[in-house]
Amino acid sequence: MSSAAVSESNYDCIVIGGGHNGLVCAAYLARGGRSVLVLEAANQVGGAAITREFAPGFRVSACAHLLHLMPRSLIKDLGLDARGLQLAAAHMPTTAIAPDAPPLPIDAQTSTLLAARSSADAAAFPAYQARLRRLAEALHPVLESAPPRLGTDSWQDRLSWLRIGWRIRRLGRKDMRELLRIGGMCVQDLLDEHFETPLLKGALGFDAVLGTNAGPRSPGSVFPLLYRMAAEVQGGSALAQPVGGLGALSDSLARAALAAGAAIRTGALVERIRVREDRAAGVMLKSGEQITAANVISNADPKTTFLQLLGGEYLDTGFVRRIAHLRARGVTAKLHLALNRLPQFTGLAQSALVGRLLLSPSLDYIERAFNHAKYGEFSLAPIVEITVPTVSDASLAPAGKHVLSAVVQYAPYELAAGWQHERQRFADLVIDALERCAPGLRSSIEAAELLSPADIEREFRISGGHWHHAELALDQFFIVRPVPGAAQYRTPVGGLYLCGAGCHPGGGVMGIAGRNAARQLMREAA
Amino acid sequence: MLTGSEPHYRQPLLKTPFHERARALSQLDSFVPWAGYTTVDVFTFVEQEYFAIRNATTLYDLTPMVKYRIAGPEALRFLNRLMTRDIGKLKCGRVAYSVWCNDAGHLIDDGTVFRLSDTEYRLCTGERQLDWLLDSGLGFDVQISEVTEATAALAVQGPTSCAVLKALGLAGIERLKPFELAHFVLPPAVGADSQIMVSRTGFTGDLGYELWMRPEDAEGVWDALMEAGHECAIRPVGARALNMARIEAGFLLPNVDFVSSERSLRVGTERSPIELGLGWLVDFDKGHFTGRRALLEEQRRGPRRRLVGLDIEGNKPAHNALLYADQSGKRPVGNVTSATWSPTCKRNIALAMVDAPHMETGRTIWAEIYLNRELIWERRMARAQVVERPFFAPERRRASPPADY
Repeated sequence: MSSAAVSESNYDCIVIGGGHNGLVCAAYLARGGRSVLVLEAANQVGGAAITREFAPGFRVSACAHLLHLMPRSLIKDLGLDARGLQLAAAHMPTTAIAPDAPPLPIDAQTSTLLAARSSADAAAFPAYQARLRRLAEALHPVLESAPPRLGTDSWQDRLSWLRIGWRIRRLGRKDMRELLRIGGMCVQDLLDEHFETPLLKGALGFDAVLGTNAGPRSPGSVFPLLYRMAAEVQGGSALAQPVGGLGALSDSLARAALAAGAAIRTGALVERIRVREDRAAGVMLKSGEQITAANVISNADPKTTFLQLLGGEYLDTGFVRRIAHLRARGVTAKLHLALNRLPQFTGLAQSALVGRLLLSPSLDYIERAFNHAKYGEFSLAPIVEITVPTVSDASLAPAGKHVLSAVVQYAPYELAAGWQHERQRFADLVIDALERCAPGLRSSIEAAELLSPADIEREFRISGGHWHHAELALDQFFIVRPVPGAAQYRTPVGGLYLCGAGCHPGGGVMGIAGRNAARQLMREAA
Repeated sequence: MLTGSEPHYRQPLLKTPFHERARALSQLDSFVPWAGYTTVDVFTFVEQEYFAIRNATTLYDLTPMVKYRIAGPEALRFLNRLMTRDIGKLKCGRVAYSVWCNDAGHLIDDGTVFRLSDTEYRLCTGERQLDWLLDSGLGFDVQISEVTEATAALAVQGPTSCAVLKALGLAGIERLKPFELAHFVLPPAVGADSQIMVSRTGFTGDLGYELWMRPEDAEGVWDALMEAGHECAIRPVGARALNMARIEAGFLLPNVDFVSSERSLRVGTERSPIELGLGWLVDFDKGHFTGRRALLEEQRRGPRRRLVGLDIEGNKPAHNALLYADQSGKRPVGNVTSATWSPTCKRNIALAMVDAPHMETGRTIWAEIYLNRELIWERRMARAQVVERPFFAPERRRASPPADY
């Protein structure tokens, strides 16, 4: 740390972390006329939305692997289509698979195929989907803007509450009652009310527990499902896969930020947020370099931001207590397989591989998988979301070869036996589970990589390795996300803002937190 | 001390190391619970004990004071983030009175901080605080542990207290200045190879000391003090007499003059240090501490109420009295938190929480006092003047060296 390294550069805003939210925030700030510097610790931007090589010639979206939540308005605002964002696959189908049952597509044509298994389910499915979609659409405006504050005199806050109340009121008596009834329910009770086919319930329940430290019988597990559906409203309610993986999205965001005038530095690891006279005054890099700025916006998760980069010294004890209690322990692992041929799933049409496959045969199966996680063990029979991105995008693998990218639960961050010793055993176990649905898969594997939450924490610098930075649940949502006192993107320290997934509306490659944070800052520091 | 084989639920109140000595001298068998211990409320009668505090030397068992050891390379940084005062100004071998607040700037508790070395402090407080202290320690290289049971404490207070400690054999005690602490070797007859820590602190507003010792030395020290102080009419006192003295001195008692914000259940009952007249303990220039932003905001806005001293006409203590703007008793402006007849000042005094603007010194307000005249209750409106605290502050409390009397 030599004094020669002290930089004289001065910015309006420094964004810590070039994840998708950080880049979105920087782009909006720069478009608003602010001088912005993005500091990314890794050697490429994107955070958890990157594409990287995991075996010679094989590339994969290393953490997030699907794009379905980013609002059209954001993509349009930032001109991402013109900046290299192209979809290799859009409207990707979802298919439920199981080792002992034929695959079941979960989409518009489900009811006809479902009728062969259960006429009652076939009849119930469209009404169930329609109602959930109505409820999700009513909740959708909640996700778009900064959460209002409680108990203030501000007209803006009151207006926000009114708007939310009005949207819910407009649902009508029946749906409003249903929203109140199911809002805090567990997803198993909800699905048991409607359906009898285990495979259907398993697949519908999967999306409720994906990325959360909960099972289908955990209270409140309907909420993440509604949340996901509400977020999908703005993304066009369809799964998509960018050409070149999620990294291509991040690259287009970076281009948008640069075009708007922001500066981006990679390989710049921030060590401390500097505070002067109770205001954020800039950052100090690991290298010792100091950069000053009037505002610092952190794309890092709340625990990292407050407890490591800032330090409790500048915060009140009660606030630090809330941050320390923030539930943010990941249970989701990522498996990457380099395959020398296209996998063959029993009974599955090749066309279904364009979409995602859910290995989640029943709600009991999921709950059993979750049981292990409660006690610091990984699931012996895990649930898996499988994609084969090379089906739509051959550029990710050598000619004729394929990549399998899978999200695997449950793999608790705090594994009692330690991930160092158990990672390989878990990878084998997941591959065995896949092999039962796709015989011959194992023999086609050229290389495999498993990222446990501990690996995700290390590689992507997310405390607890939690994709959403903080558990997505009713108690950590909206006006209490991440914690009271930091729910409007601003923090107790003047000039310090949050813009990551730990803020409202939360995780997924969505970008709204980044956009809201930028708008909040520009409103306050006009 | 938790001694013997009895499980804790069979001894709901603990006995201090001085308990047997105190029980022997207690004529009324009048004990009250304090922080999990049983302590004497009154030994003989309150007035006798009170006059001993102001005219002789008294012993008061302080052991139940909750004590924390705070040590480590970042102990000072930790304390400065916890407390409203700049603990950085506290030199080794000195003691400071301070308060700490929650995020909203509401008082959690008050206490004394002893700086024992560069990296070790002791915090003495009326209520248990470990949860708050540990959470405040997140991210600091500091060890926090409760040491209440490991240390016996005895207050030796009164105008002749220095003379008594000299007679005990604490050579050089007269050089100890207010808020200083020092270690002394006990006379061999009192405690073999034992050290005792003495601080010139107390809760009486008078000349006095507090003695901190190993529990096994407690009875020996008590006996030696009773013998050394015989000529000075030394006597033990209970909580009631001490309460009169502390009101005269203007000191606050937790849960009497304020409710800890960590324990208050009703909105609006919490108090800030500014409201409690402890604004002088808040150092906005030292850097961040918990509650600073809220207190800055309160200071900008101006306090809505303040704890003040009251000088009330007549001689009937205004216990729990409601206060009014005028004699008609129609406009409430606050209430009394502590009241006593002050035998030394010959004044009817009280501490009271009074709303703005009536809290200004010199204002006259009215106290509604209820009098019990042989089971016939009477209500009296008494004129009360807002005055500065303390009511009693003799020069001898600061004199160095103190006179023998």
